[in-house]
Amino acid sequence: MNENLVSIYIMGEHHQVPAELTILQALEYAGYRLVRGVGCRGGFCGACATVYRVAGDYHLKFALACQTKVEPNMQLAMIPFFPAHRPRYKLSELKGTPEEILAIYPELLSCYGCNTCTKSCPQDIDVLGYVSALIRGDIPAAADISFDCIMCGLCVTRCPAELVKHHAALLSRRIYGKKIAPRSEHLKKRIAEIKEGRFAKEISELKSLSREELQKLYATREIEPEE
Amino acid sequence: MSYPAPLDELARKVSLTRETRLKTTFPRLKPEEKEKLLKGFHPDYRADTFAQLRVGANAGDRTPKELALLLEGDSLIEPDTNSFDAPDYQCDVLIIGGGGAGCAAALIADDEGANVIIATKLRLGDANTMMAQGGIQAADKENDSPAIHYLDVLGGGHFANDPELVETLVTDAPEAIQWLEDLGVMFDKNPDGSMKTIHGGGTSRKRMHTARDYTGAEIMRTLRDEVKSREKITVLEFCPAVELLTEEDGSVTGAVLLNLNLNRYIIIQAKTVVLATGGSGRLHYQSFPTSNHYGATGDGLVLAYRAGALLKFIDTMQYHPTGVAYPQQIIGQLVTEKVRSLGAQLVNIAAEQFIYPLETRDVVASAIIRECQEGRGVTTPAGAQGVWLDTPMIEILRGPGTVKRELPAMVRQFARFGIEIDKEPILVYPTLHYQNGGVAIDPQCRTSVPFLFVAGEASGGVHGRNRLMGNSLLDVIVFGRRAGFSAAQTAQKRTQFGQLTLNHIKKWRALLKEKEIEPKVKSPIILPDYTKKS
Repeated sequence: MNENLVSIYIMGEHHQVPAELTILQALEYAGYRLVRGVGCRGGFCGACATVYRVAGDYHLKFALACQTKVEPNMQLAMIPFFPAHRPRYKLSELKGTPEEILAIYPELLSCYGCNTCTKSCPQDIDVLGYVSALIRGDIPAAADISFDCIMCGLCVTRCPAELVKHHAALLSRRIYGKKIAPRSEHLKKRIAEIKEGRFAKEISELKSLSREELQKLYATREIEPEE
Repeated sequence: MSYPAPLDELARKVSLTRETRLKTTFPRLKPEEKEKLLKGFHPDYRADTFAQLRVGANAGDRTPKELALLLEGDSLIEPDTNSFDAPDYQCDVLIIGGGGAGCAAALIADDEGANVIIATKLRLGDANTMMAQGGIQAADKENDSPAIHYLDVLGGGHFANDPELVETLVTDAPEAIQWLEDLGVMFDKNPDGSMKTIHGGGTSRKRMHTARDYTGAEIMRTLRDEVKSREKITVLEFCPAVELLTEEDGSVTGAVLLNLNLNRYIIIQAKTVVLATGGSGRLHYQSFPTSNHYGATGDGLVLAYRAGALLKFIDTMQYHPTGVAYPQQIIGQLVTEKVRSLGAQLVNIAAEQFIYPLETRDVVASAIIRECQEGRGVTTPAGAQGVWLDTPMIEILRGPGTVKRELPAMVRQFARFGIEIDKEPILVYPTLHYQNGGVAIDPQCRTSVPFLFVAGEASGGVHGRNRLMGNSLLDVIVFGRRAGFSAAQTAQKRTQFGQLTLNHIKKWRALLKEKEIEPKVKSPIILPDYTKKS
């Protein structure tokens, strides 16, 4: 094998791995059969959020193990996803006010504004930006800024004031989606039409057609233009 | 530019034909042209990669060799040596799988007053639902109707779909969207509250509802959060099911879980069981890379099959046309169909279009494979093949900033490797994406095994031989809810818990022996093994 290998350290142990691997693939290459710290392997689930260092540099770096290429002299440790505080609330019983979010997550008010959360976000979300929005009661802004959060919880682990911000952000998004965003009239109307049985006859007619008849109908169906 | 020199040069070539291509879209194929393309190039037609099942309810049917191996495998548990007299838990409804279908089922069963346990392989929400990006279909606009949706689903599935299931899917769809909204899912909307909807491959109306390109993640994290709000739902994480438990007549009475933390079995006694275990992309059929979750190993099919359940359409898998072909680190990961919905074309090494971008997935995938097999693909430095997906077109068609606004996940995924998808095209190749078939169900999610219900990707029939974009998220919500309802109702009527035995495994072993089949593996496999074997 003529592979380009790099040296990495997994929990202090030296390994040589192909330079083109991701951190996750490198752990597996080294022999770790993962159960924790691995999930979708596509950057959406937050299970493999990882903290690493490069030899000689004291700075901690943050990444998703499945989306980040290894680099020489990486010092890796597997830090399993750990359960963050998440109080029990019933969305249907909330009015949807900013004060309710602060009552459920009162620690939000003790934010130091140090911005460590933003620096630790592997999604590059302006975490402090949405925490500030929550504190000043701007739910739409908090919901919008936090939208791409994959809930890995790295921001929580690094927060000196121990804010459980990703859960607070999720609450703000659920409130926005349920209570603040305008509802779709066409959706309500369609559901009422279905309940009246408006389309049942048309569908049962389609169900009675032969395969050939359906094929013909399908091939000649009208297609809504792109613009 | 961020591509290495040879690719950079080819990417520039794509930009040179962009202006002319903006004015001319490749025409849609005629039915007979599609048929020819599929037969020539779709992986489902590679006969040598399939095996015929010799035992069980589907004996005689063909399925990928990798799946046949597991379906004809042996149990992890010795049926005689275990005593199941004292279950660790009892519940009305046991839900196996904590993805979209499992969580939807749990919430509805809880609404119905059932005592619910969700057992899941990894964490709650670690599932393909979380990774679905493009959208969810529902015919809720003025120019659309469930009947129009019905015909699209059937045409996409090559008219093989179970009509009752399709009718259920399209008729329940608008209510499923409303249910999600009530839970707080943030769909993309216009200022007046109307849904921003777009086309998907094979849709005749713009009925794809989106949440940026995190649609599945938005749905999954909301469902998960709601499950956590319900005091009566017990969640057992890192506890995949390894066998169902049955009584004398074959009725399901519970399941055996494996606690992955402690490597210890857990026995659950339940009045009804919902299998919502998802797909099997991690079996890497025909050595394809996959867009699937780490836990997508087809466990549910194995468990249900041994318990006597009939499977449907297990000879057809979906290869998503646009998996990542470069960079190598994220090969096989999904590039959402929404990229093509927004207007990006597919072009070959000569910077020429070769397919209408929104044909159904099986057709587009076949066309890409054809281009590569016939020498019109691009070879990456790692030796992989791909074609260009011309993402910068979106900025021209829909205005600067559209890509960053509509496709933040895609922008991030490529930016991590130095590729700016609003400025440069990307390289794609089909990736193993979806299990079109699964356990046969009826509209109440009942199976051929008493007290066993199935929902979501683990089920088969609704999508026929090919699923349309946006109908999987819809499937998990519509049938997840229905499974939860049916399982709760049925549990109420089953006044007593059943006996906990592995008699069906004894029978299974006898069957294997009778057919002189020596099982080559123990199944389910639970997780794939990617460690380097020296």
